[in-house]
Amino acid sequence: MSTQLILKQFAPEQHNLLMILHALQDAHPQHYLTEEALEAAADYLNITKSSVYGVAGYYTMFSLKPRGRHIIRVCVSAVCELMKSNGVIDLLEQELGIRTGETTPCGLFTLEVSECLGQCQEAPSMMINDRVHNNLSPDRIREILEAIRRQEP
Amino acid sequence: MGGQPAATQNQKKTAMIKEQRIILKNAGRIDPMSIEASMAAGGYEGLKKALTMDPFAIIDEMTEAGLRGRGGAGFSTGMKKKFTSRGCQECPRRYVVVNADEGEPGTFKDRVIMEQDPHLYIEGTIIAGFSIRADKGYIYIRGEYHDSIRKTERAIEEAYRKGFLGKNILGSGFNFDLEIKLGAGSYLCGEELTMLESLEGKRGNPRIKPPFPAEKGVFGMPTLVNNVETLSNVPLIVRHGKDWYRGLGTERSPGTKLFTISGQVARPGCYEVGLGVTLRQLIDDLAGGMKDGRPFKAALLGGAAGTFVDDSMLDEKMTYDNLREKGATLGSGAVIVMAGGDPVRDLLYNCLRFFKHESCGKCVPCRVGTTMLVREMDDLRNGAPAKQELLDRMVREAGLMASTSLCPLGQSPILPLQSAARFFAGELTT
Repeated sequence: MSTQLILKQFAPEQHNLLMILHALQDAHPQHYLTEEALEAAADYLNITKSSVYGVAGYYTMFSLKPRGRHIIRVCVSAVCELMKSNGVIDLLEQELGIRTGETTPCGLFTLEVSECLGQCQEAPSMMINDRVHNNLSPDRIREILEAIRRQEP
Repeated sequence: MGGQPAATQNQKKTAMIKEQRIILKNAGRIDPMSIEASMAAGGYEGLKKALTMDPFAIIDEMTEAGLRGRGGAGFSTGMKKKFTSRGCQECPRRYVVVNADEGEPGTFKDRVIMEQDPHLYIEGTIIAGFSIRADKGYIYIRGEYHDSIRKTERAIEEAYRKGFLGKNILGSGFNFDLEIKLGAGSYLCGEELTMLESLEGKRGNPRIKPPFPAEKGVFGMPTLVNNVETLSNVPLIVRHGKDWYRGLGTERSPGTKLFTISGQVARPGCYEVGLGVTLRQLIDDLAGGMKDGRPFKAALLGGAAGTFVDDSMLDEKMTYDNLREKGATLGSGAVIVMAGGDPVRDLLYNCLRFFKHESCGKCVPCRVGTTMLVREMDDLRNGAPAKQELLDRMVREAGLMASTSLCPLGQSPILPLQSAARFFAGELTT
């Protein structure tokens, strides 16, 4: 969907800014907010570019640089750490050949960390795009990655 | 699967407790995507009754029922409604804002409500709107909670279809619209004044209070901000009355509470019990005891903005006031259980790192202080000399931050830090 069509789904009022940024980011295949998208949002809402940039830069779910098609967010909060989320990150870095914060050269995965995902009853946990994966073990993590790789062309 | 009891020594003999489900009565038993299923289980009966009542009488009912905010602070919900109902009489509109930005580490109770019985808190929101004469509500859900968002969207759609939302609700002349707003990964936006900034499409920086939201909230209008669990109590109190509600829990903390028990227990999960049960009962009777037979060492109550306790607190009643008197906190209801061998210093470091990450940077003592505390905690873990002095200094610094920061974030690091220093000074300084 074009940027203008996305914008038109919302009333041109500043309180819709976060919703607009979510929609623009979700519509981009690389899950990020381009400079053009930020400018279009500022024009549409008739607010300064700096205030749009300020909001986009403040919230951790928004990215200003291109990311992979699958964004892995590993929970590093108290309960997951207690239940050994360090091991999850180590294994993912090893399997993907990247460090936290990086994207695989093929553009398939980006590895990020997140604060509490609210899945503490089945820690350690991670999200890949919209899906939650709990009770992570090395085998389970490998299976999940494999399933995603298989469904990609 | 039976676990090891939390502690076998010095144990008081108490009867085994069971869950007391009023909020979670329908959870897991009805289809959360069907309003018909909700209505067959009593859904929207509270709204029908409320619409025949005087709005002020509903507020009085909440006050007299003794309902207190379930988001963490424990303030009287009835009083909050009263202030909002009376705030700024010349303002043209009033709003209800539902705080569904659950982000306190170890807390997932609101997610359980939103995923398993979303109509309950939506009904509570509509009643709250009627009681303060608001015509618009916003539900601010954290952006990561996809399932909660999806189910709430569906529930709102169905509530419109049945005439529980929109114009002239059930012929009462009352109009109320409800809209979802998404957060985008900021813990601080769960703080009520910061949430209002975010709702207006701004960065998540806290506001100076006063004015409180009851006087000047979202878009400058009087606003009632309530947590999902708090609002879920509202239809039940309207339906069954304040006396029924006061029959649950304790005299000063009536009702039930959702506790989310996680960490080293046999059956981690979300459990609903009357306020006043003990930590030992939560662990042994509900969560199945300690995992893999390991001994109990500590619990972090209330999440990162919570307090560590050791086994001397196992038989304390879990109520807002009793825990406060004992230097602990109930907070959001998170209970993170640690077993012997789990280092308290690592969990404390995790909490301090969390605050550093989530500090918005507006108040200098918090921006600098949260960074300093992480660095000092690093030193403490990595064998700095004079560890006791360092720990004392950290507690003093966190105290200074608490008295010089605008919002609860800067006021929070003192909680886990001071309580860890109180119960586990030996471990932290050796």
